[in-house]
Amino acid sequence: MAEAAIELVGINKSFGAVHANKDIDLTVPAGTIHGIIGENGAGKSTLMSILYGFYQADSGEIHVGGRRTVINAPSDAIACGIGMVHQHFMLVHNFTVLENVILGAEGEPLLKTSVAKARSELERLERDYGLEVDPDAIIEELPVGLQQRVEILKALFRGADILILDEPTGVLTPAEADHLFRILRQLKDEGKTVVLITHKLREIMAVTDNVSVMRQGSLVATRKTAETTVEELAELMVGRRVLLRVEKGEAKPGDFLLSVRNLTVKDSRGVTMVDDVSFDVRAGEIVGIAGVAGNGQSELLETIAGIRKAESGEVTLDGRPVDLTGGADPGDLRRRGLAHVPEDRHTMGLVLPFEENENSILGYHGDPAYLKGPFLDVDAIRSDARDKIEKYDIRPADCRLRTANFSGGNQQKIVLAREMERDPKVLIVGQPTRGVDVGAIEFIHKRLIDMRDQGKAVLLVSVELDEIRALADRILVMFDGRVVGEPPREASEGEIGLLMAGVETREAAE
Amino acid sequence: MSGPYARLPGWADYGLIPIINLLVAFAVAGLVVLLVGENPLRAAVILVEGAFVGGQNIAYTLYYATSFIFTGLAVAVAFHCRLFNIGGEGQAYVGGLGVALVCLSFDALFPWWINFPLAILGAAAFGALWALIPAYLQARRGSHVVITTIMFNFIAASLMVYLLVDVLKPPGSMAPQTRTFLEGGQLPKLNWLIEAFGLSVRSAPFNISFLLALLAAFGVWVLIWRTRLGYEIRTQGHSARAARYAGIGQARIIIVAMTVSGALAGMMALNPVMGDQHRLQLDFVTGAGFVGIAVALMGRSHPAGIVPAAVLFGMLYQGGAELAFEMPNISRDMIVIIQGLVILFAGALENMFRPYLQTVFASLRPRSAGLAEDRAGGA
Amino acid sequence: MDAFNTVILVLDSTIRLSVPLLFAALAGLYSERSGVFDIGLEGKMLAGAFAAASAAAVTGSAWLGLGVAMIVSIFFALVHGFASITHRGNQIVSGVAINFIAAGATVILGQAWFRQGGRTPSLGADARFGAIELPFAEALRGLPVLGPIYAELISGHSLLVYIAFFMVPFTWWVLFRTRFGLRLRAVGENPAAVDTAGISVAWLRYRAVICTGVLTGFAGAYLAIAQNAGFVKDMTAGRGFIALAALIFAKWRPLPVMVACLLFGFLDAFAIRLGGTPLPIVGRVPVQLMQALPYILTVVLLAGFIGRAIPPRAGGEPYVKER
Repeated sequence: MAEAAIELVGINKSFGAVHANKDIDLTVPAGTIHGIIGENGAGKSTLMSILYGFYQADSGEIHVGGRRTVINAPSDAIACGIGMVHQHFMLVHNFTVLENVILGAEGEPLLKTSVAKARSELERLERDYGLEVDPDAIIEELPVGLQQRVEILKALFRGADILILDEPTGVLTPAEADHLFRILRQLKDEGKTVVLITHKLREIMAVTDNVSVMRQGSLVATRKTAETTVEELAELMVGRRVLLRVEKGEAKPGDFLLSVRNLTVKDSRGVTMVDDVSFDVRAGEIVGIAGVAGNGQSELLETIAGIRKAESGEVTLDGRPVDLTGGADPGDLRRRGLAHVPEDRHTMGLVLPFEENENSILGYHGDPAYLKGPFLDVDAIRSDARDKIEKYDIRPADCRLRTANFSGGNQQKIVLAREMERDPKVLIVGQPTRGVDVGAIEFIHKRLIDMRDQGKAVLLVSVELDEIRALADRILVMFDGRVVGEPPREASEGEIGLLMAGVETREAAE
Repeated sequence: MSGPYARLPGWADYGLIPIINLLVAFAVAGLVVLLVGENPLRAAVILVEGAFVGGQNIAYTLYYATSFIFTGLAVAVAFHCRLFNIGGEGQAYVGGLGVALVCLSFDALFPWWINFPLAILGAAAFGALWALIPAYLQARRGSHVVITTIMFNFIAASLMVYLLVDVLKPPGSMAPQTRTFLEGGQLPKLNWLIEAFGLSVRSAPFNISFLLALLAAFGVWVLIWRTRLGYEIRTQGHSARAARYAGIGQARIIIVAMTVSGALAGMMALNPVMGDQHRLQLDFVTGAGFVGIAVALMGRSHPAGIVPAAVLFGMLYQGGAELAFEMPNISRDMIVIIQGLVILFAGALENMFRPYLQTVFASLRPRSAGLAEDRAGGA
Repeated sequence: MDAFNTVILVLDSTIRLSVPLLFAALAGLYSERSGVFDIGLEGKMLAGAFAAASAAAVTGSAWLGLGVAMIVSIFFALVHGFASITHRGNQIVSGVAINFIAAGATVILGQAWFRQGGRTPSLGADARFGAIELPFAEALRGLPVLGPIYAELISGHSLLVYIAFFMVPFTWWVLFRTRFGLRLRAVGENPAAVDTAGISVAWLRYRAVICTGVLTGFAGAYLAIAQNAGFVKDMTAGRGFIALAALIFAKWRPLPVMVACLLFGFLDAFAIRLGGTPLPIVGRVPVQLMQALPYILTVVLLAGFIGRAIPPRAGGEPYVKER
């Protein structure tokens, strides 16, 4: 192996109770493109942010170019020749390209000469790497693809020999991504080292020399790309988890309770997050949406729940149309029988400083059962909360306790109890077992099956593939905002994994 | 306004930290006293005696406290919706107009007990109106409510000067104030309440609006913790995303919370205008709107904290007057400094001592602090 | 000719009245452009005025007065920085606190030190910044139109007036032509971009609030030892807030700040000059309306009815890394 550009030894990092990086050892040979692949939350970005000095490791060593280095701040990393293109661009929106490029690397107190120097240096970089961008354009007026180019230019302008890119293709079209890969290869040819963080297998296969796989905070394997296969990587990424066993009978699908037609959703930047999605969920079935996080599932759920505005498309709830393009009222949808267990229970599904009983009515607080005129019927609310605590075995069994003091699993049960006990027609559920302990997972899965058997239409979004496989009667796979396939029930994990990584669709398209 | 720190037990969070912050504020104030060549301990004794020894002093202390309860509650209600209503001063000032209009119209017609409810409505309506425009601009047009309410304080000041000088001043009078209200526009004193404890009150402006303030404190508690509206206000205040999820209209709840806040600030005017001066005069608010900020911060936006905090500031105002009398180097402006220091240490620097306290608690009882407690209960 | 003289007089007092606003608004510009909102301009200006008058009274030197004014203003600015940058406290609350502390402390200390009811002793000519006669002012006074404009409007102000107006292009130059200015603007819009570029967000913001301290020191010194001959209680009288309004009105840009300050200064001068005399066409305009106009205009602007005032994107929010 060539000389190591980067060597990480025994890196550990925790955020509160979350152990984001566990004893990571990683060697990146100089002059190579090294991929780091893993699901969202596997700890890839944290690891690279440590290398870039944005976070400090709790323990471990960093060696750059063979020398042990202490990186306490991004300025140390930059001095070591490390540059990073962050997933969320670190650009000043109302600055010009040139201003963004020189920020922090101006060289002298007056801008005049440094700007002139930067302009000619930029021209050279543009010429050498085909990174054309108007140096006087304002960032917010540039499309995201060009904004990313500015980030790369920033790093190169600082003389980076090691370039880290965090999920760089998430905002790019396939053609733009291919262009990016050409640039990366060219950088490699010039002797630079590239670290590419991604969750897309295709990119790993297309451009990297070596690949390391991360799973749940650990680095589980490193392979030469030429000597591995997509199937092996997919398996390493997802891991051979203990197979979840859920007792369930055959689904008896009934009426169409939720129909989505040609739904398109854009985010605040105007990037299309959900792209022309159509599907139906019938009474008495669970439809699972599989996909790597960040492929539009969250936006899909929030839009159906009325929280996010749709760009276009139609949704029918229990036979009646819902206007989502004008921004529906989540309260109204709730009254029409739509229950929603949101992906993010900490900021959306629960108000953490509230008492447990207060959260047990969130969204249903206008229900006459909980009110006496304009006043909250505290006794009714608390006795209702106590019933749910008993039925869902929420611990500690104290409806006056602050919600923040419950464990993740119990917090999730508070949300589930609230949403399931209202006898909804349609239940949409996001990441029901994220951050939930094993005992609670089983309970939650059983409750979801119960809901199905009671004739509810259940739409389940999860990044846990085996959860989808264990629960769903039908599986849809989302990639890049689109539903890219409906694999048959007997499809293997690997087959679905390929769909999730966007491999099949690309090949079909090419 | 919670910081990124792990949790402390409730009594430390709501009791110990405010007390530490308050003590630091007073310690720094003591340094100022030292700087002007007086003995801080003697000053503290004079202050407390001046506020609480004798019926007369107590009556004055409670008179000031009455105003601060109203303005403190006003700030607190907005805080619960994560809005900073810095315009209590202007809302109270305009609220005074509502009181005066009722009194000037009906003081010859009705006795006080009919005019009082009307004046309450007038004060609340005018105060609410003065908060409504900033509220609307925040809710619908995204203009920062802090800046607009500051501007509205100044606009209120100009408006009131204009009205008092050019419109409401009786012909032939020189002073920029309305005529004195007749008996029907004067609130009864509450001094008998203090005399009932065997203390004597010579003459003090302590009046029945104190009871209204206590009622308002209870009302705010009911509103915030016992009504649907309060539930929605708190949800919005803690997490705008959760409010959206729960189908709570953001614009509506912002406007409602600010209106309630303005109404409470406006009601402050009843105390001085109808309870003491019996006329509307220039600058009768004298900073009570701003004291409300300190009171709400110290009282942690809870009526049970606001009432004692208001009494504390009443004590500072009344005791400060005595202090100015006893110590020639110290004027009542000392209170303004203390007020500023309380706002600084109980507000802007509220988290300064938290990490230290956190460490202390973590070492004493590991399960009482931070994540240890989050884990409690298991699953 | 009489009308012309009146115009000259009004414009002359416009300049005098807008100078403290200009210093304070530019002061606020540095802080707010760096993402630290500052509603404590009033307090810092007041503390600066008191410090200037006290130091000038004791030493007899206007320059020492100015220096002490700056030191005291910077101290208060650093308190604001300590609360809002280091301890990530609420910037509004901190600003309110500083206004109160300054309002109280200036009177208490003034009374303790000088025993004149919170005033400072009246200052002699040496202890103040006097008027500067520009060359040929007297000689050219006789010229029609241009003569009085030069002699009255342009000449005959104190040094601080010229510094104030010099500060406008200087601030523009700092902001848009220096490394410091580039970073200052960046940290107010996206502190994470500055952080990842290897620059300390906290130190950058501290430098910005120090600039604010320096300029509010100038503002206070102008009030106490140039425009007036000493400090009186609450002598800023809300100018810190009008300056804040001017800053918003100018959308946080130096040259429009000057225009806004001149406009607000003009409204003030005009109101003083006219008193209650009726105007043609509109009739009698209440003085109070003129006084309230800066605030009303700012609210209208904030409401987005005439253009939109968009504050620096990171303003008011303490910088916390993600997670």
